[in-house]
Amino acid sequence: MSLRNVGIVYRKELTEALRDRRTMISTILVPLLAFPLLSVGIGTLATFLINKAREETPKVMILGGDDSPGIAAGLKSLEKIEIVPSLPNWKEQIVNKDIRAAVEIPPGFETDLKQQKSDTVKIYMYEGEMKSSFAVDRVDKYLNDYRESVVKERLSSNHLAASMLRPFDIQQANVAPPEKVSGAAIGGFVGYMVILLCLTGAMYPAIDLTAGEKERGTMETILSSPISRMHLVLGKFLLVLTAALGTAALSVFSMGVSFSALHHFALASGGDKGDAAQLLLDLGPRTVISVFVMALPLAVMFSAALMTISLFAKSYKEAQSYIQPLMFVVIIPAVASVLPGIELTPKLALVPILNASLLCKELVTGTYHWNYIAIIFFSTCVYAAVALYLAVKMFQREDVLFRS
Amino acid sequence: MIETRGLTKLFHDKKRGEIRAVDNVSFLCKPGQIYGLLGANGAGKTTTLRMLATILEPTDGTAVVCGYDVIDAPEKVRANVGFLSTATALYPRLTSQEMVEYFGRLNGLDEATLEKRVDELFSRLDMNSFRQRRCDKLSTGMKQKTSIARTLIHDPQVMIFDEPTIGLDIMTARTIIQFIRECRDRSKTVIFSTHVMSEVEKLCDVIGIIQSGKLLAEGSLAQLRQHYQEQDLEEIFVKVVAPLYAAQESI
Repeated sequence: MSLRNVGIVYRKELTEALRDRRTMISTILVPLLAFPLLSVGIGTLATFLINKAREETPKVMILGGDDSPGIAAGLKSLEKIEIVPSLPNWKEQIVNKDIRAAVEIPPGFETDLKQQKSDTVKIYMYEGEMKSSFAVDRVDKYLNDYRESVVKERLSSNHLAASMLRPFDIQQANVAPPEKVSGAAIGGFVGYMVILLCLTGAMYPAIDLTAGEKERGTMETILSSPISRMHLVLGKFLLVLTAALGTAALSVFSMGVSFSALHHFALASGGDKGDAAQLLLDLGPRTVISVFVMALPLAVMFSAALMTISLFAKSYKEAQSYIQPLMFVVIIPAVASVLPGIELTPKLALVPILNASLLCKELVTGTYHWNYIAIIFFSTCVYAAVALYLAVKMFQREDVLFRS
Repeated sequence: MIETRGLTKLFHDKKRGEIRAVDNVSFLCKPGQIYGLLGANGAGKTTTLRMLATILEPTDGTAVVCGYDVIDAPEKVRANVGFLSTATALYPRLTSQEMVEYFGRLNGLDEATLEKRVDELFSRLDMNSFRQRRCDKLSTGMKQKTSIARTLIHDPQVMIFDEPTIGLDIMTARTIIQFIRECRDRSKTVIFSTHVMSEVEKLCDVIGIIQSGKLLAEGSLAQLRQHYQEQDLEEIFVKVVAPLYAAQESI
């Protein structure tokens, strides 16, 4: 095999690709912008909205409690809520979000407390509404503390220790790596994005170098040169692969930078990490490199498959219409991997695209199952080799090259 | 030298079934000669020339170009052939010089020889004013000159022209005609397909009339005139192809 000829074709195709606006946009601009916009954009927006909701002093209405001034005064003294006068249309006000919650204190509450009778304090809220739940959290915390203090008082008046009613404490502690905790929510999405960008990055050059060449009438020109069709297809394939890998590399790089920037920003701004943790990823270089390595055989497969399909088309437009169904073939397994509960199994590790997507999900959450990594890498390499073989064969078919 | 022996090409069409695009065509084209393949649209000219340029593979028969068999050594054949047609377009995002250099490299020229050849060709064809201009910004004439330079960069012994003047304005067509003559003067073997009678009369040493993939008549213009007792080439052509053309039309 003459590598010289492959290199000549590759250099020429690279020169042309660098001068093609469409290729540059899909290969460089989109991956560079996708992750910053997604992570910084959505992440910042989410953090901003959460913080804004928290900063708001929610209005809470006390229903009843005229004969229980102690608890009412306690609620009024809370810093982060505003107690508003009681009105009969309180339910409507909660629904209209004029107030965030209402606390109903039963009649004779404090007298009942003294007589050690049990009562129920009700909190009315708008379920699923963040600002309402913040208000409820604060009221709930106050009421819990108040109940604790009453219990303590009763125990001490009976000369009993506080541990009498609290024989032990329960504490939860996380042992999973921090990235695993944060990545659980967004991990699958990252794999999906890398795979999708890998495909879109290869798409325009693949069409341009095959159907585009037919449409422009340069296919016959190049076929009349002494280069063998095998060398020609390999040179073209390498360029498409470069575009796919370039897109994957840029998207993984952009993903790493965006998420760590956002992570540092979130920590530096002193925000409560717990709130935004679902949207943050702290990706180390090891994760970034692992995701890229997994994208390698996938990029080979996409490049070869895209070239095979678009070579069959007579024009750019026809190629696009052939490739659109392929987008679904890629998107469906990639999206499936994001669904909760779908995890790697030996069988799923052989399903192309879905396997790589699931693996990416694991990699960004800091899990390295080497057996699966080997199976997935090897099987994707086999699929890639088959796709490349088909592309080479396709270039040798006269009925495809001169389809009219 | 080009020698075809029973050259045949079949295509399969879903609707029409088997199509004999070229049917048992044999001819000889010698160095310093222009062989004109004259035929109507769809007669089989392009398919014949594409087989000679090894872009298509013959279904049956073969051809020897510069001593190399088109089936056994297609890459060697292409290294000795310059192929030009209106379908051989240029890469729009390459400059005129890059286009010619690309084909020089594919033909195995080393960088020093390539530089020399490019300078020589660009001066000879008066192309220096646009050598750094992208092909999509060139006029039709400039594009044709670039295509000519592309076919000549490796100094091939055989030149194949497939309807090279179709759709071109008079001045550009004249450049091409002049270029074909020059190829003959440099003792190259030239084969040229057209359906323009005046071009054949002006250029060709040997004329082959092709219809429905079959080579129906062959000879110099004088020989054809004598054989068919007609002076006008168009009349000769009609006499030759009429029976097959009528049969084809009735189908």
